[in-house]
Parts: sequence; C-alpha cells; structure tokens
Amino acid sequence: MNSLITRAKELLENKSVQVVIGYEAGPTSVARPAFITDPAKAGTLIYDERCVQNLAVYLTKPEVKHLGKMAIVATLPVMRSIMMLISEQQIFADSIVVLGISADGSLLDIADVKVMQGYIEKSDLGNPEKYKELLAELNKLSPEERFAFWQKELSKCIKCYACRQACPMCYCTRCTVEVNQPQWIPVQSNTHGNMEWHILRAMHLAGRCISCGECGRACPVGIPCHLLTMHLVDQVHNYFNVYAGTSEKMSSVLSTFEPNDKESFII
Amino acid sequence: MSDFEPKVVAFVCNWCTYAGADLTGTSRIKYASNVRIIRFPCTGRIDFMLLLKAFANGADGIIVSGCHPNDCHYTSGNFHAKRRWIMFKELMDFMGIDMNRITFSWVSAAEGAKWADVVNTTVTRIRELGPYVSYKELVNKSVEEEVKNE
Ligand code: SF4
Ligand code: SF4
Ligand code: SF4
Ligand code: FES
Repeated sequence: MNSLITRAKELLENKSVQVVIGYEAGPTSVARPAFITDPAKAGTLIYDERCVQNLAVYLTKPEVKHLGKMAIVATLPVMRSIMMLISEQQIFADSIVVLGISADGSLLDIADVKVMQGYIEKSDLGNPEKYKELLAELNKLSPEERFAFWQKELSKCIKCYACRQACPMCYCTRCTVEVNQPQWIPVQSNTHGNMEWHILRAMHLAGRCISCGECGRACPVGIPCHLLTMHLVDQVHNYFNVYAGTSEKMSSVLSTFEPNDKESFII
Repeated sequence: MSDFEPKVVAFVCNWCTYAGADLTGTSRIKYASNVRIIRFPCTGRIDFMLLLKAFANGADGIIVSGCHPNDCHYTSGNFHAKRRWIMFKELMDFMGIDMNRITFSWVSAAEGAKWADVVNTTVTRIRELGPYVSYKELVNKSVEEEVKNE
C-alpha cells in the first residue's frame, strides 16, 4: 500500500493533519489500529484482508481527538460510519481527511463529503452476503426455536460491553446501562438481563447501524449480536426504504416520521 | 388451566385512551377486569423497556394505546411511537418473543366502546394462549443463575 503510506506521510509532513488513524501489523496475525503522528513512522501502515476493525469508533474518543486534526483509513463501512457521525453532529465534515479504500483494496481520492457520498451511493448498501445467509436461516426457524437460540447465545454474555465499545454509533458518554436511577439493565449477567441489554442496544441502533459487523467481531464469547442490529437494517429498508450512513443531512429513522408510515398491526 | 386469569398491563396516553377508558366506565360498559391501566403523558413516552419490564414482572399480555394519528395532544408523539413500535415488533419477532401477546391500538376519548372491545379481545386471546410460561421460566432461571454466581 505504497500510495497510502505516501499520502499519509504527505498529510503529516505538511501538517494538514496531526494524526493518521490506520492499521499496522501487531505481534500476532491480527492487524491492530495505529495512530501515526510522526511522518517518519507512516511506513508501518498496512492495508490487507486482516484489516477489519471499524476505525470510525476512534473519531469520537477524546483521547484520539485531542491529538488534533485526523485522517482516517476508511473502507465502505467506515465511510458510512463517518457519514452517520456527521449527520448526528458528532464530527465536522471538514475536520476529517478520509483515506478511502475501495473494495479491491486500492486508495480512493475522497476530496470531500460530496465525493464520499457519491461513492457510498454507488455501493451495495445491504447487509454483507455472509450475514444475509445467517439472517435468512434464523428467519426460517419457528418463534420458539428463535427464542431458544437467543437464550442459549445470550446466556454466554458476560456484560463486558465490548460490543458497545466497538460500535461507532455507540458514542454516548453515559450509556443507558450505566444509568442506575432507574436501573434499566441489571449490572450482573443473567440470561434475562442480557436479553434486555441486547434489545436495548438493537433498538438504539435501529436506523443507525451501518452493517459493519464490528459488535459481533468484538464479542469475546462469540455472540452474534450483530445479527440483531442487521435484522433491523433489513427492516428499516423494508419499511422506510433507507439505509443509514448515506447522506450527511439524513436524520435517523427513529427520530423522524412520515404521517403515512405503513403498518398493519395497530387496531 | 381453566382457572387461569390473564394479567394484562395497559400502557395508555392520558389524553385519548385514558379518557376513552374513563368513558367506558361512565357509560357503564362492562369489560374484562384483567387489565391494569398505567397512564402516561403520551404514547411517545411509552419506552419499549417498560413493556419488557411488564413481562418480567409477570404480565401475560400487554396493551399499548394512544390517540389516533393527527390527534396527539403533543402533535407528533404517536407518529414517533408508531415507528418505534414497528421496529420493536420486528426485533421481538426475530428474538422469538410472542408478539401475539401485545395489542397496539388507537382509542380516542370518544371511543369508550372500542376500549372495552380492545380489552376484551386481548384478554380472550391471552386466555387462549395461556400464561406466558416461557418468559416466566426465563426470568426464574435468571434469578437462579445469579444465586449461583454469588
Ligand atoms: S447502547 Fe444505547 S445508550 Fe448505550 S452507548 Fe449505545 S446507543 Fe448509547
Ligand atoms: S454492525 Fe454492530 S458495530 Fe457495526 S454499526 Fe451495526 S451495531 Fe454498530
Ligand atoms: S461483547 Fe459479547 S459478552 Fe460482551 S456485552 Fe457484548 S454480547 Fe455480551
Ligand atoms: S397524547 Fe395521546 S398519543 Fe400523544
């Protein structure tokens, strides 16, 4: 990825940005996030199939923000996360330099938000293929089987909240799970409380999830919690015909309405 | 099972359905007494977490009701609520939680008879479905899990 390294170095040297958020090789086979502030170190940046984390999560972290203006290595899900964060006024469009990466791994020229929007609109915005299959399988089960499936999965949850920490859209400084008056979600881990936690999380991400799959990847016990939010991605598209993170002006589905929204279950 | 009396919790808005239910009473319309009404300022305030807490505390069925579209006292609370109900319902379905146990309705302050009808049909349906055993089991199991972890 020489073009990426050259570009990152250039940005740091001419002081257009103070930090480049990207990936570097770690001590294991897993690539890890890198925060490059010194142009001489730009050479450690990599981009290959190991680079899967959604880096947009760092754009709202105070410890990263305080480094100064940021450039970020961004695949499609990262670009869509950036779009969401701009539309929710968490970051300013002109304070971020996007080092876009295309589906085949080459560096894109994303000059501004308009260009980024154009690129996003041209892309496939539904859930990734590998998750579509899992979703379809679950949807084929009977309700009782689904209830049993999620109970079994959620009984493993240790409430570490890595799924939340990994999601760019879970940027609340005080998450509902930390609220204790009233205590909506029990602190301890138990299957029922874990289920309540996951319903809460999925509802908070309805219309905001951009199908990156990071929450499920982050889970240390392998709960496919991304399927809950991705199911709602399908439903949001189904009912309201939108995908999240496609425009800097969009308001999320659950904070707006159309008077003629269709449903068939309210009597 | 024949002596099963369903517990139904109704979350209603103050301005329409609560007034409607009042009218049911003043019109002396008889309806199932299985319902416990909880009054909210608006359907927009009826957080989905409250519905989960109702099931956790032993409800077998739930009614959520407010002003008809365009009649919300706060103009748009029910439109927002409608979108949330759509998403909530789809999520619950996906997790295997029985949505036949929740009735969503619009009942105005003038619809005393409709309120009686909404309650009666819900109670009849829940009576057929029986107690929400699988949810109660989940809650009980979770209490045991916690005792074990201590
Ligand atoms: S789960 Fe909800 S409250 Fe918690 S960080 Fe995510 S969006 Fe915010
Ligand atoms: S897939 Fe998970 S991590 Fe990614 S946006 Fe959706 S909820 Fe957040
Ligand atoms: S990351 Fe996994 S174990 Fe941790 S809170 Fe999320 S689902 Fe539970
Ligand atoms: S006041 Fe009745 S729904 Fe808003």
